[in-house]
Amino acid sequence: MIRTRILPILTVVAAIIAVWYAFAVVLNAPFERSAAERAGETISFTEIVPRTMGQQRPVLPAPHQVAVEIWETTAEKSITSKRSLIYHAWVTLSATLLGFMMGTALGILLAVGIVHSRVLDKSMMPWVITSQTIPILALAPMIIVVFNSVGVTGLLPKALISTYLSFFPVAVGMVKGLRSPETMHMDLMHTYSANRSQTFWKLRWPSSVPFLFTSMKIGIAASLVGAIVGELPTGAVAGLGARLLAGSYYGQTVQIWSALLVAAILAGLLVGLIGWIGGWLNRRMGVREARA
Amino acid sequence: MSGNSVISTSALDLVFETNDGPVHALSDITLDIRKGEFVSLIGPSGCGKTTLLRVIADLEHPTGGTITVNGISPHEARLKRAYGYVFQAAALFPWRTIADNVGLPLEVMGLDRAERDARVTENLELVDLAGFEKKFPWQLSGGMQQRASIARALAVQPDMLLMDEPFGALDEIVRDHLNVQLLKLWAATHKTIVFVTHSIPEAVFLSTKIVVMSPRPGRIHEVIDCDLGDDRPLEVRETPEFLKIAHQVREGLAAGHAYD
Ligand SMILES: Nc1ncnc2c1ncn2[C@@H]1O[C@H](COP(=O)(O)OP(=O)(O)OP(=O)(O)O)[C@@H](O)[C@H]1O
Ligand SMILES: [Mg+2]
Repeated sequence: MIRTRILPILTVVAAIIAVWYAFAVVLNAPFERSAAERAGETISFTEIVPRTMGQQRPVLPAPHQVAVEIWETTAEKSITSKRSLIYHAWVTLSATLLGFMMGTALGILLAVGIVHSRVLDKSMMPWVITSQTIPILALAPMIIVVFNSVGVTGLLPKALISTYLSFFPVAVGMVKGLRSPETMHMDLMHTYSANRSQTFWKLRWPSSVPFLFTSMKIGIAASLVGAIVGELPTGAVAGLGARLLAGSYYGQTVQIWSALLVAAILAGLLVGLIGWIGGWLNRRMGVREARA
Repeated sequence: MSGNSVISTSALDLVFETNDGPVHALSDITLDIRKGEFVSLIGPSGCGKTTLLRVIADLEHPTGGTITVNGISPHEARLKRAYGYVFQAAALFPWRTIADNVGLPLEVMGLDRAERDARVTENLELVDLAGFEKKFPWQLSGGMQQRASIARALAVQPDMLLMDEPFGALDEIVRDHLNVQLLKLWAATHKTIVFVTHSIPEAVFLSTKIVVMSPRPGRIHEVIDCDLGDDRPLEVRETPEFLKIAHQVREGLAAGHAYD
């Protein structure tokens, strides 16, 4: 277990951190050089290296700077504080989860309609696909502004952007999943003269569960992106997106990178959680484990 | 059409329209199967055995001729759940336990829990699978899975069983064993059974009537009566009567093939 799973992960993480440090040095060095030049000094490379890792507004903050910032804004701040990253992460997470649930429900409903109706199959699918060709960065401000103008602010507009991004993978995955039963199983239900709803609940739905979880993993990551993007256009005061925005206004690169990292960790946790639930459900449904 | 005929077809025709042109799967099939008969369909691959069985089961629709099942159309017979169908593969749902798989048709029929449980227990006992209720399909061998699928077909309590090479994927030892069990079941219940097979000994051992079919277009070459008595131990396969009928079937198959 430790050897086969933890070790490779740690190796990759160590490699990423090493590369990160190297880039931090390279990218932050010019600032130190010109500072030294202005002061009329000449500094050697060995003098530059430590300085590149302690700048106030580095081009690329060093990993430990980001780690310290995350520590200070999570563990050392009360959760209700506006400076707590946990508070901001929660704001984004709540929009993500709400949007994801609505997106999943919408995606499943669409898939059920598409699988059961030829007309919907022909008429809906092109729209579903077209909807995803509109760049979300163009659409998000419009959604936020339109809702703001009718007095709806905060959670819901952001969640709707998450919905918009997450319904698509779920719809596509579920259409595939609901169509995945073998012909023989469909024939079997036919010999029982099962009606559509019986065939759906006893065959199509259970067959589609693995597809559902695979597409929900993509959906939740997309939801998180949607919620963050939804926080950008209005200059929201709370959420990971707001932290990114504020950070870039004031050139607080350390703050930007810690928000980014927290978002990435959050995405990883969410995807992992869904994968875990999917695996648990699979085992409960008696499906043979891959390495039983 | 005799009074107790269960399946009756006349000049049945079925043409599949495919991208490579029409495929004449069944041609001029006239066949009468009476109540309690064990009828085997035998013939080379592609001669329309499965197609004929599927027409009886209302899974395929003939393009010509007439067919009645229990005196009514196959469609009506299906709605009345006149038959149990056993596929070549067990076709168990992997997410259901063996008991729940056997209970599946009963759920569809809307039977209550107690009735379902009783029928599941009874039919699993019948196929020697008592004690495996809580197992999932992958935990059972191929032969056990196929037995579970037979229990599932029997749970409906149909008067008729349609079986499409149910033992085709099993080894000979398991196959012999299941043949004996099937024969016992048939002798005890006298259900009408239509049985598709590739195996001459299997057909002769089980049947009261063997329908030899030939391909392109799929048609009936010969119908051979075959009655080795109700009590048939496996050893009956070494008797002269058995070998005579087997020989007759083999000749029929060879002659049917010689057409093309
Ligand atoms: N759904 C279908 N569409 C088109 N052609 C089909 C279809 N089903 C069967 N056929 C064709 O009809 C013919 C008869 O097929 P069928 O499956 O009934 O043969 P079979 O006797 O059961 O063969 P086997 O012993 O290999 O199972 C074959 O030529 C087959 O290709
Ligand atoms: Mg066949």
